[in-house]
Amino acid sequence: MATGVQIVHQTGDLDDAGLDLDNKTLLEMYWQMVRARRTDERAWMLHRQGKIAFHVSCIGQEAIQVGAAYAMRRGHDYAHLYYRDLAFAFGLDYTPAEFFLGVFSKAGEPSSGARQMPAHYSSYQRGMLPASSPVGTQVPQAAGVALACKLRGEDRVTVVTLGEGATSEGDFYEGLNWAGIHKLPLVCLVENNIYAISVPMSLQMPVPNVADRAPMFGIKGVIVDGNDVLASYRVMSEAIERARSGGGTTLVEAKTYRPTPHSSDDDDRTYRTREEVELWKQRDPILRFEAYLRARGLLDDAAITELEARVRQEVDDAQAAAIAAPDPAPEDALFPIFKE
Amino acid sequence: MPEITLIEGLLQAMDEEMARDDSVFITGEDVGPRGGVFRATMGLYEKYGADRVIDAPLAELSIIAVGIGAALVGMRPICEIQFADYIFPAFNQIVNEAALTYYRSNGDWHVPLVIRAPYGGGIGGGPYHSQSVEAFFAHAPGLKIVIPSTPYDAKGLLKSAVRDPNPVMIFEPKKGYRLIRGEVPDDEEVLVPIGPANVTRQGSDLTVYAYGMMHYYTLQAAAMVAEQDGIECEVVDLRTLVPLDKDTVIDSFKKTGKALIVYEDNRFLGYGAEIAAILSDEAFEYMDGPIRRLAGPDNVPGMPYAHPMQEYFMLNPDKIAAAIRELAGY
Ligand SMILES: Cc1ncc(C[n+]2csc(CCOP(=O)(O)OP(=O)(O)O)c2C)c(N)n1
Ligand SMILES: [Mg+2]
Repeated sequence: MATGVQIVHQTGDLDDAGLDLDNKTLLEMYWQMVRARRTDERAWMLHRQGKIAFHVSCIGQEAIQVGAAYAMRRGHDYAHLYYRDLAFAFGLDYTPAEFFLGVFSKAGEPSSGARQMPAHYSSYQRGMLPASSPVGTQVPQAAGVALACKLRGEDRVTVVTLGEGATSEGDFYEGLNWAGIHKLPLVCLVENNIYAISVPMSLQMPVPNVADRAPMFGIKGVIVDGNDVLASYRVMSEAIERARSGGGTTLVEAKTYRPTPHSSDDDDRTYRTREEVELWKQRDPILRFEAYLRARGLLDDAAITELEARVRQEVDDAQAAAIAAPDPAPEDALFPIFKE
Repeated sequence: MPEITLIEGLLQAMDEEMARDDSVFITGEDVGPRGGVFRATMGLYEKYGADRVIDAPLAELSIIAVGIGAALVGMRPICEIQFADYIFPAFNQIVNEAALTYYRSNGDWHVPLVIRAPYGGGIGGGPYHSQSVEAFFAHAPGLKIVIPSTPYDAKGLLKSAVRDPNPVMIFEPKKGYRLIRGEVPDDEEVLVPIGPANVTRQGSDLTVYAYGMMHYYTLQAAAMVAEQDGIECEVVDLRTLVPLDKDTVIDSFKKTGKALIVYEDNRFLGYGAEIAAILSDEAFEYMDGPIRRLAGPDNVPGMPYAHPMQEYFMLNPDKIAAAIRELAGY
């Protein structure tokens, strides 16, 4: 199995020549990752306390998600996200306040009016297409979005995400088939965290890499180290630029890992060893980015303390606001099924 | 007024809507230079080009899903499923995705998608080119469903479907594509609203409810029993299955007190079962006989190919007339 493109190597070596991110943006990306991590950890805590019913986590996958979001022309390009994309959503301007309305299923929850489970991202203003629960359905839909953009001669790119398990669905093949035939301005990002709930890669597909499948669609396949935010940014930027300039679709496979259970309903001790989880915790994407920023002189202990306090305040405030928000009225279930 | 066939009505509808609105495009199998296997899109590729009449890969799931995606961002796709029998790979995209989007996005997103699919038997198509699939979709909230039985309604309903902001499925009685003819004006816009049923024959003895090909046959049966038996049927062409025009359905029953519901699909849990349930729930005190359903047999899973067996499955004016006579005897 390939490691994929890296900028911040596990060894500590850096290959950031030509990277077009200024210091302010680098620190902002770091903040987004920490913000997603702390928000997510808070949700786990609330679940353990019995205060929320369900949580599905982005922990461990913040690097590819923030890297991808920052590679987009935010507010212009379309994103069709999946439930694991909290950090991605934050990168597209979604906020902890909105997230907590979701996990507490309160009135005013913006993605669905609390009609869907948490983490089903949708925002018309932000070009975040409406997510559902059946995995993989978003891929051919995103091809349709990209087709519309192409037919209208717009320079918008559509980014669609899914897990490696969802690539076994027919939707994935059919969607990328369209993308290849019509050279659509689409980037299909697979966040390969090695498991689909409990089912490992080896029982999900007969090839070692999801990206190996790109040639069958006549599109480019790229593998990136998804725990390296800068490599993720670079690979996604290249794929998005290729799409924007008429070069067609790229299948990006981000190698990553989910150190938490699949969701708050899962017990991952039934299917993987603690040693494996510990190994991946050492590859934590936030620690890796932190090491880079320290090496470049952009971050020190004092800055981290300040940033953590700021994030904590935002998370506290968002949680409190959601707790204070009213429940939806029962008759909100009667929201119309048809648009007038 | 020129007389045209039902399929010409559909073609005219698509042609006019494409001319009116640049965001309308067609996709489906063989819809391009071939003009569709039934020729419903004949000439549109030549007129509007390959960007607006797009031959899809042979994969129904994505024909619908690509339509959904394009519709989400403001296009008005018309997706053709070559035969309704082949719509099931797309069931998830239709029922879980298109149908729910408006509701589950709190009204932020909507899917102005048209799905066209020829349905129904009697054309020598065997079990996989003959199916009536409307009940599956009518059960799922969030989909509008229309089934025309005349060229006028075919044109007018399809044009309304293209303009509707919601997913609309139009099931087209393919046996009637060229068989059913009717007058359609060419000097005014033909728009039939989605919703209202149509009372196509006035009568006082009983009401027959039908749609699509079965409505066409029902009118023939009603004429037969009027002439031969002096039975005066009221006939209601449902036209829109969802949302159902309950008022028209119930009003006619109040007048006649007897209902025969005719549909081509297998009887058990078919669309007509819901009409029967509504009448017994909401108009019980007007009931003057059993609420009857005449439909495809339940012990035959699909329409067999050989002609005698096909005819066993398929309803026709004689079978409908017989059911009318029996019900009128109460
Ligand atoms: C069509 C469908 N089948 C099953 C499920 C239940 N389910 C939810 S997530 C999941 C695993 C998905 O794994 P993967 O695509 O690798 O994404 P990950 O959760 O690992 O990020 C399953 C089986 C579903 N949501 N949709
Ligand atoms: Mg996975």
